[in-house]
Amino acid sequence: MKKQEKIDKTIVVPGDLLSEDAAKAGEGTYVENGKVYALIYGLADEREKTRVIPLSGKYLPAIGDVVIGMVADISFSNWKVDINSPYEALMHISEYPRRIESSEMAKIMGVGDLAMFKVVDVDPSMKIELAPREGQLRVLRSGRIVEVSYTKVPRVIGRAGSMISLLKSKLDVNIFVGKNGRIWINGKAEDEDLAVRVIKRIEQEAHTSGLTDRITKMLEEENHGVH
Amino acid sequence: MEFIKNGKRIDNRLPNELRPIKFEVGALERADGSCYVEHGGNKVIAAVYGPRAVHPRHLQEANRAIVRFRYNMASFSVEERRRPGPDRRSIEISKVSREAIDPVIIKEFYPRSTIDIFVEILQADAGTRSAGINAASVALADAGVPMRGLISSCAVGKVDNTVVLDLVKEEDNLGQADMPIAMDVRTGEVTLLQMDGHLTLDEFEEALELGKVGCASIAQMQRDALITKYRGEEDE
Repeated sequence: MKKQEKIDKTIVVPGDLLSEDAAKAGEGTYVENGKVYALIYGLADEREKTRVIPLSGKYLPAIGDVVIGMVADISFSNWKVDINSPYEALMHISEYPRRIESSEMAKIMGVGDLAMFKVVDVDPSMKIELAPREGQLRVLRSGRIVEVSYTKVPRVIGRAGSMISLLKSKLDVNIFVGKNGRIWINGKAEDEDLAVRVIKRIEQEAHTSGLTDRITKMLEEENHGVH
Repeated sequence: MEFIKNGKRIDNRLPNELRPIKFEVGALERADGSCYVEHGGNKVIAAVYGPRAVHPRHLQEANRAIVRFRYNMASFSVEERRRPGPDRRSIEISKVSREAIDPVIIKEFYPRSTIDIFVEILQADAGTRSAGINAASVALADAGVPMRGLISSCAVGKVDNTVVLDLVKEEDNLGQADMPIAMDVRTGEVTLLQMDGHLTLDEFEEALELGKVGCASIAQMQRDALITKYRGEEDE
């Protein structure tokens, strides 16, 4: 297992001076008089661009994101979907793979049902349009959902998917991580339990270094207990 | 009443000395961001919710978030029981506090949403609006709200013809002037300045300078509190 490199990131608060090079200003920063300042509370990252990795905040959808949404309401031609964001998202009836009548909508996906969606459009006033992920609508009827802050999603996935493949290889469960911080786990009940504990631990320690090693150790210890 | 004896104030502070201040970030589990502050005898808690959907809907703005601020004093926060609920004073403080914090928030990132700030005064001992603004500013950062900087606030005033920093209740009630200030310390932009009482022009300028120094110390404490939240966990 590749050792997680130590995070040499410092915690910054809004208004902290990050750099004098305005050309390198990235996400979570702003430029004033040619200097780069932190816009949010988070970890400063100076690798390619000067950016701030958030520690908290609300998920804002971007086109192409794959999210797990829950149907909140059904209108004449749209499913209204809660995607764990300040904004409600819509999936139009015509996005469903085959032609259906308005009256069939609730049967296909009712209020409270969860499914994976792709964000197909976000307009400037944050009207969000969804489509089924990979063209096929799959309502999640088994397994369970864990919610973490969307800011921790990159750590749950790990560098180039290292953390998620570790979880999948050590645990006999299917895991899908939505960009909005909802994670779907499907497997045997005790494996799901362990997966939930591991994910919660990753969320808590997301800002620390050497996390993959600690999770590997945790999985080994807990697996000995179970089997 | 004599306020200053041998250069010391009634609580043994120097004229330019702040009361002891403690910040605790993330004090509330269910809020998106929160902060508990003890500022001398003041005990204040701030909670931030949002950005979230606006209710009632007619308040929503198509191109930016709105910011709402509620300052509320608990009925037990002062010696004589206060009638609960908003009164003229707390409605005014809610308004000026909102306007003190609003300029640093980047509202354009979150159209059609609201950022709600709730400040509860659990115990009051002069300077509650400043303590509330300080707590709210840290709570906003904790909630991950994009801001140009933190707003810091403190009061200055005049007792015994001397300009003093951070009044206590006796100095506020019986002194000659009280002037709360809120500002973004990095830019020097003053976002709140009120005055009750009388100051000469020279005293006003002296007070403003002293207030800026006080705000700078508070800004440092706010920054330290936010950094400690994650540093503490990291050192386990």
